Amino acid sequence: MKIPLSWLAEFIDVPSDIDVLRATLDDLGLVVEGVEHVGAGLEDVVVARVEEIHAIEGADRIRRVIVTAGAEPVEIVCGAMNFDVGHHVPLAPVGAVLPGDFVIAQRKMRGVVSNGMLCSGRELGLGDDHGGLLLLDDQPGVTPGQRLLDLLGIAPDIVFDISPEGNRPDAWSVEGVARDVAARLELSVREVEVAEPNGAARTDTFATGSIEAPDLCGALLVSALRHVTVTDSPRWLQRRLEMAGMRAVSNVVDASNYVMLELGQPTHPYDAARVAGRHLGVRQARPGEALTTLDDTERVLGQPGRGLGDTGVDCVIVDGTDAVIGLAGIMGGASSEISPSTTDVLLEAAFFAPMVIARTSKRLSLRSEASSRFERGVDPTLAERATARFVAILKLTSPDLEWLASPVRAIGSTPPIPEITVTQANIDALLGTHVPVADAERLLTAIGFSVQRRDDVLTVAPSPARLDVRAGIAGRADVIEEIARLHGYRRLERRTPTWPTPGGLNERQQLRRTLRDVVIGLGGYEAWTPSLGSDEDFDLLHPNVPRVRITNPLASDESVLRASQMVGLVRAWARNAERGLGDVTLFEIGTVVQHPATVTTPREARGGVDGASLVPLPSENERLMILWGREGDDARTAVAAWSVIAERLRLLDVVVRTSDAPRGWHPTRFAQLVDRETGVAVGSVGEVDPDLASTLAPSGRTAPRLAVIDVDIDVLADSDQVRRRSSLANVPSRFPAAAVDLAFVVPNEVNAHDLAASLRSASDLVESVELFDVFRDDSLGTGVRSLAYAIRFAAADRTLSESDVADARGALIAAATSWGAVLR
Amino acid sequence: MSTYSLHDLDQIVIDSLASVDALGTTEEFRERENELEGKRSPFAILQKTLGSLDADGRREAGARLQNARAAVRSALDAKWIVLAKAERDATLERDRLDLGDTVVSAITWPAEAGHSGLVASTQRSLEDVFVGMGFTVADGPEVETDWYNFEALNIPPAHPARGMWDTFYVELGEPETVLLRTHTSPTQIHLMEHAVATNSLPIHSVMPGRCFRRDTPDARHLATFHQIEGLVVDRGISFADLAGVIETFTRAYFGPDIESRLRPAYFPFTEPSAEFEITCTICRGDGCRTCSQTGWIELGGCGMIDPAVFEAVGIDAGEWSGFAFGFGIDRCAQMRHQIADMRALIENDVRFLRQFA
Ligand SMILES: [Zn+2]
Repeated sequence: MKIPLSWLAEFIDVPSDIDVLRATLDDLGLVVEGVEHVGAGLEDVVVARVEEIHAIEGADRIRRVIVTAGAEPVEIVCGAMNFDVGHHVPLAPVGAVLPGDFVIAQRKMRGVVSNGMLCSGRELGLGDDHGGLLLLDDQPGVTPGQRLLDLLGIAPDIVFDISPEGNRPDAWSVEGVARDVAARLELSVREVEVAEPNGAARTDTFATGSIEAPDLCGALLVSALRHVTVTDSPRWLQRRLEMAGMRAVSNVVDASNYVMLELGQPTHPYDAARVAGRHLGVRQARPGEALTTLDDTERVLGQPGRGLGDTGVDCVIVDGTDAVIGLAGIMGGASSEISPSTTDVLLEAAFFAPMVIARTSKRLSLRSEASSRFERGVDPTLAERATARFVAILKLTSPDLEWLASPVRAIGSTPPIPEITVTQANIDALLGTHVPVADAERLLTAIGFSVQRRDDVLTVAPSPARLDVRAGIAGRADVIEEIARLHGYRRLERRTPTWPTPGGLNERQQLRRTLRDVVIGLGGYEAWTPSLGSDEDFDLLHPNVPRVRITNPLASDESVLRASQMVGLVRAWARNAERGLGDVTLFEIGTVVQHPATVTTPREARGGVDGASLVPLPSENERLMILWGREGDDARTAVAAWSVIAERLRLLDVVVRTSDAPRGWHPTRFAQLVDRETGVAVGSVGEVDPDLASTLAPSGRTAPRLAVIDVDIDVLADSDQVRRRSSLANVPSRFPAAAVDLAFVVPNEVNAHDLAASLRSASDLVESVELFDVFRDDSLGTGVRSLAYAIRFAAADRTLSESDVADARGALIAAATSWGAVLR
Repeated sequence: MSTYSLHDLDQIVIDSLASVDALGTTEEFRERENELEGKRSPFAILQKTLGSLDADGRREAGARLQNARAAVRSALDAKWIVLAKAERDATLERDRLDLGDTVVSAITWPAEAGHSGLVASTQRSLEDVFVGMGFTVADGPEVETDWYNFEALNIPPAHPARGMWDTFYVELGEPETVLLRTHTSPTQIHLMEHAVATNSLPIHSVMPGRCFRRDTPDARHLATFHQIEGLVVDRGISFADLAGVIETFTRAYFGPDIESRLRPAYFPFTEPSAEFEITCTICRGDGCRTCSQTGWIELGGCGMIDPAVFEAVGIDAGEWSGFAFGFGIDRCAQMRHQIADMRALIENDVRFLRQFA
């Protein structure tokens, strides 16, 4: 909301220091987005009449111009071509300082002396027109030598761009802002001048009005203005509208806009001759009814929208034949708009239910200055005063108008004004600062709240301009916020609370940190890849799988929630590879989702209107994926990395078990990471399918083997699914250990980890079992390979004898034999 | 150049199909494709001889030639699929590894440090500050219902305040019931509901997480971003406690010479509400371009829990009070490291990542 300082000054004595005013506004929650000085630097500019124009020899872009702006003719060199002898143009004489601190000096060009500058609109900060000089001939009473500011009726002004918060419907007006500043600075607020009905006849002899939808329209005031002259508004008024960001149209429309900006009440003027039956009614639109609004767009009404709970209620203005002539509170219809020939005006000033305006405006994507005020909540008692102010403004240019007596008033239901009890204890408890109730009473009264104080208890009725203030305990918070705001947040106390419970991370969060640290220790760079991707990318891994889709994506390649991090990470690798930096390990910890239709028991949560239904939701799954783009790495690197991770997380017994690869993974280099006892897979290791890698690799390049680990953090965090080692300490034996190597020829189907586990449990003396060599050769026979394990035997209480070792060794060989393994 | 005659066309097709059938590798396929069906094929050569025929002859011979060539083409296409599959199968078979047989001690690593993502490391430092102040940390889902993201936070459908958040909706359930969370505040609702259900109030938690806003990314905003939210629900909590927590956090995280201040704002889920600003970290309060010469920069929003929110989750506002605050993790990172363009955070360029811990 843009407010010129001069306008604000009509209501209050504004502080002379602009910075003080700005800081005050900010501190009141009326955030100042910008301060613009307009009309400054034009004090020295005068009107000049062009007397002679001469060419300058050897120059076709500039001319020598003689102008008069007083007694003596002045010689100027000018580059503009859009004027002729006799025209009136702005002259900045030597010594003038134009906007932007541009000092005009005497200059010499092509041997000709220029004693000033003739100016364009843009050079003066009066518009964007840079096509030539600002021509002043259509300004009434233009006289050479006159100050440009006097001619245009411009006074230098300062425009504050204020962005009021959503709970401040009152702050969308000059008066509302003035009232707030006055409350803080303890100033008085001046009343604006209003008119009185001056017609002899009663309004109802000329026009009528009615409300058929009392829940949509709380108040309707219809006034009749006769013998109106439609013309231009005074220049100062047009200028104010322009500074406030609106365009001047005609005195009738301008008066309506002026009152809206000034007091916050939107009104709508109709050409009475074009309103059938001179009747304004308010009702709900019937499904399928249409209206052509002022912006020449046909709107079909009463249609349910996509918005949650939007049943398609629209509030409309109808004429005496029940035909729709306006979209209430949003925009008028084209059929009854004010035209130059209008002589009788019907003025509608009303209160419309905020929710209805908000819904219609959203559904039709139609916002107006009026709708943005009605949807926040306009003061339901303001219509009379706003109408009287409208007439006062219109009379400036239409002095003979007649405002008929007793405007027609119709009443619907308006929001009740709550009565809220606030005690000293309430204030002190919520704010933690003692603000005396006497101060609170003064501050609230200053913004139009009616307050009764008995001892430490305030009984407060909010101003009708503050429909955001609720009833009951919520209303008490609203009122205390107002007290705090006007008192000043910066004057409130600060205290750091303490409580007896310690802070900390839960196990899951600690696990996440540990994982991150391990992977970084392994050389991983942490990436952040998109949660949203394209259908095509989704299909690379999950063709024909239901996916979680965005209803309103910004782009088609951001329309589906990912079900895997693989494509994102491979793309991140490819982008680095493109720059010759593909020799890198990338990882990501993040969320992937599954469509509820693909899950046995989908996640559900409250949702819908009033949270009354249970809504199925995508299942979310937190995962870690690591991708090696380093030349020379392959799936075995991933296995080794996994063993580091498993060790660091103290996982008890997770087997690397070869299995069928899902789409996207290398089919013959894939294994699941399975807890041996629970059988739960905590993740996978392997390589990216070479076909997928070459699809995503930078063009013209062969992708290296891309090794991958994919870990389900949800599973990893659950020690019922993935068992941890005991936390009990095991003091190692002080006696010497015996080292034995055992190599077996083992059928390919037997997993090396399974065999190792068997060896480990075959004797109490086993301290460790570690695979150290794998050997494949036809000489071993078909369908087998040699696995060599390094084994350490030790006992806690003695040095092992030869027979101890021999017995243990025999037990291990026997255990291996049960797997079909043969000692080599 | 060999000479071919249209009379031999049938034989040429038979010979060509036999040659196609005999192709053994994709490499051979690529080498011979041109002479079997391409520019150097009998069909291409014969095509050039058509000019010497009369119009009828040209039409008839042209059609025969086209059919013959098409037959060879489709044989080639079929052959390609067979060869490519066979070669892929052979390659995969040669690649076959039993990953369970990996001898871990034989794998070597280059001695290179990795790097945490900037958002993750920033989140971690923020969490550490709050943990030091006695907060626990809570996580929440990224896909939410309108109830958690809006309605329980006192933002009913069609409330103008919904316009404060540009929302990505998800195609599930009734329109606009499922969405990508636009802020971390829904996690507050989950925490409070849980505390009520398990009779485990009070709450002192911070909630970091990924959020989404339907907004075209630019140097200052990303459509996907991270927030951290704080929630305290306890007995006797006041606005002074909120201001104190913000102040303590500001000094602990940004440094002892950085101050905080609160100014009135509006959030539907807090009352009173405030925007909190901190001393500009670039100019240390003297005024610069980043802070529009004010010496202050906006960090986030905060306020006392609105009674309507307590009502939605079933907490007795007569007994309990509390406050909430929230701000951007990415924005903290941006301010601390003076990142000119936020899009660097999602480009995953190793030269960018390498600069941070
Ligand atoms: Zn600064």
